[in-house]
Amino acid sequence: MADATADIIQSQPQKLTTKDGKPLKAALAASQSRAKRKAFFLVLPLLAFMVLTFVMPIVQMLHQSVYNPGFTIHEDVISKEQTPIMVNLRDWFDENPRGTEPDETAYAAIVQDLIVLRELRAQGQAGTRINYERSGSRSLFTKSARRAPRMEAPFKQALLEIDEEWGDPELWAAMRDASSAYTPNFYLAAIDLTRTDDGSVERVNENRALYVNLFQRTLFLSVLITFLTFVLAYPIAHLLATLPLRYSNLLMIFVLLPFWTSLLVRTTSWMVLLQSQGVLNDAMVGTGILADENRIQMMYNQTGTIVAMTHILLPFMVLPLYSVMRPINPSYVRAARSLGATSWTAFRRIYFPQTVPGIGAGALLVFILAVGYYITPALVGGADGQLISNLIAFHMQKSLNWSLAAALASILLAGILILYWLYDRLIGIDNLKLG
Amino acid sequence: MALPKHASLLERIWHKTYLVICGLIFLFLISPILIVIPLSFNAEPYFTFTEKMLSFDPTGFSTRWYDLLLTFGMTEPDAPRDGSWWADAWANSNWIGAAKNSVIIGFFSTLLATVLGTLAALGLSRPEMPFRRAIMAILISPMIVPIIITATGLFFFYSKTGLANSYLGIIMAHATLGIPFVIITVTATLVGFDHSLTRAAANLGATPTKTFFTIIMPLILPGVISGALFAFVTSFDEVVVVLFVAAHDQQTIPRQMWNGIREQISPAILSVATILVIISIALLTTVEVLRRRGERLRGISPQ
Repeated sequence: MADATADIIQSQPQKLTTKDGKPLKAALAASQSRAKRKAFFLVLPLLAFMVLTFVMPIVQMLHQSVYNPGFTIHEDVISKEQTPIMVNLRDWFDENPRGTEPDETAYAAIVQDLIVLRELRAQGQAGTRINYERSGSRSLFTKSARRAPRMEAPFKQALLEIDEEWGDPELWAAMRDASSAYTPNFYLAAIDLTRTDDGSVERVNENRALYVNLFQRTLFLSVLITFLTFVLAYPIAHLLATLPLRYSNLLMIFVLLPFWTSLLVRTTSWMVLLQSQGVLNDAMVGTGILADENRIQMMYNQTGTIVAMTHILLPFMVLPLYSVMRPINPSYVRAARSLGATSWTAFRRIYFPQTVPGIGAGALLVFILAVGYYITPALVGGADGQLISNLIAFHMQKSLNWSLAAALASILLAGILILYWLYDRLIGIDNLKLG
Repeated sequence: MALPKHASLLERIWHKTYLVICGLIFLFLISPILIVIPLSFNAEPYFTFTEKMLSFDPTGFSTRWYDLLLTFGMTEPDAPRDGSWWADAWANSNWIGAAKNSVIIGFFSTLLATVLGTLAALGLSRPEMPFRRAIMAILISPMIVPIIITATGLFFFYSKTGLANSYLGIIMAHATLGIPFVIITVTATLVGFDHSLTRAAANLGATPTKTFFTIIMPLILPGVISGALFAFVTSFDEVVVVLFVAAHDQQTIPRQMWNGIREQISPAILSVATILVIISIALLTTVEVLRRRGERLRGISPQ
């Protein structure tokens, strides 16, 4: 039989083919690419959905961070019709280089544009755009636009009579920057930089600098919280990993229940505990540790943020540590002990090094989640416990400087993506486990 | 974890200390969640235990805050509690309205996330999947990218496309946030999935659809259900996207809680919290039962 097969192979010197005559290699390749296509078509619907609901919004946000048409285009609320605004002033800027002293033609251009703004009711929008760079400009635009139709030459004098501001070179620099819709200025603002009259970049005034500090605070608090979760998670992960499974599964509930409980519920609980009239303070006053008048302020400050976030992120540290510690063979430590190591040496030299991958995975995950945290700092953080996310929300909802919010969010996103890439590289995103 | 008999005195002391430390950490983990339960029965509008509560005086406890959940927003909360009172509560109570919204949004976003996520997980777990790693990274990213960034992006995108202030927009956003959980749980069930089973089914003449529903589905069902529960919880607990893209009258439970915590903080929030804790205990139990069942089905028994 074996001989017969050998004969057949030898008698066919030509290429191997399938039954219908295709070369085997091509047939295999075709079937493989068919399998690839099949697998890909299973993923395709979700990928398309995510492009629509996740990728496009993020792209839109990135666009918003460099694009603000507040000083160039007015869109009618109802008809959605778009009208270019500040056309005359833009022409003047195009003809005259940066640093040119604004002359009568420049002021005449502004007055004409203000009349257009008034007709379109867009003076607020244009003023708001300049207001992002110089506070107080919004009212300057609204009051000037109101009087613009009645103005007569010389326009420079007419405008300066309304407000001295119109002669300020900084205002002119701001208007020049805003006259093109695409601008890097929001990124500059997001890292406490500003443009001077001649277009060079410099640091903003000390007492207006805000964001670099906030980024630093966010990083510092995230590192601190990551460290605290590590300190708290390591002992219990070790205990869970070394107990027999029937006990550790029970104790695991203590870790998983917080994980499953609503974030708002956990934050509320911490408010109940930490308030100055709350449970912890009451307990300390009740047992006489604390006098009634020295109740500790543990909430609406950094302490509140740190305590609540450590609690909320703790399961994300325990679970990776546990999954690394569980398979560690106890006989290594026993061998070290029997070779004369003290229990501390055995832990330090034998057990701890084996848990480092778990520490890395947990720390990176907790850090990534902490850097972007919003809800908990917003509720228990007070003034000095706010993180960068809270400021993004502030600019989105209160100050309505959406481009600055988008620029801050883009910087945060870039940082997160680098860490995410690192996580995928070191740990692998497939190894992410939930309980 | 028991100490050997030859352990020295120092080691014994350290071991005891270690157990105490672990106990304290477990207490730190669980007490904030349990503390709200007794406090929600407070008879007084305080956020702490009153003297009467500590001495277990029945007058210190009441269900008035649970009652407030029903009556808040009703047109005639003081009417006798007959059929029309309950109809009034069902139609007008703010919290019941929020619960209805939350359930509707949660249900549809879970459905969307589970169907799309399971299909994608099946594709991703095939060995011949191209660009597996990159695609996986994209699909998991909604879990990693801070919610405030997603919400900001959605706000810009929805206001351009007209999805803002609509249920569809919120459902799609919540589905996106739930998808990573579905992908993770379902791919975890598919690890070690015996592909010869599907080949055997095909060999015996089953169509791919029949193979899916009679062979694959029963085996991965525990993972699919856990993923769906995760997705539901994610939606049910989500507040930032709702704050950014929903209309003012689209209240959900987390949004009501958020407003309640920020403005008029009252123990009524604690009664909502208690209900949510009980729901999460039920969900956790379900997921644990499913996980064990899945392990048994796939022949991985605990050591």
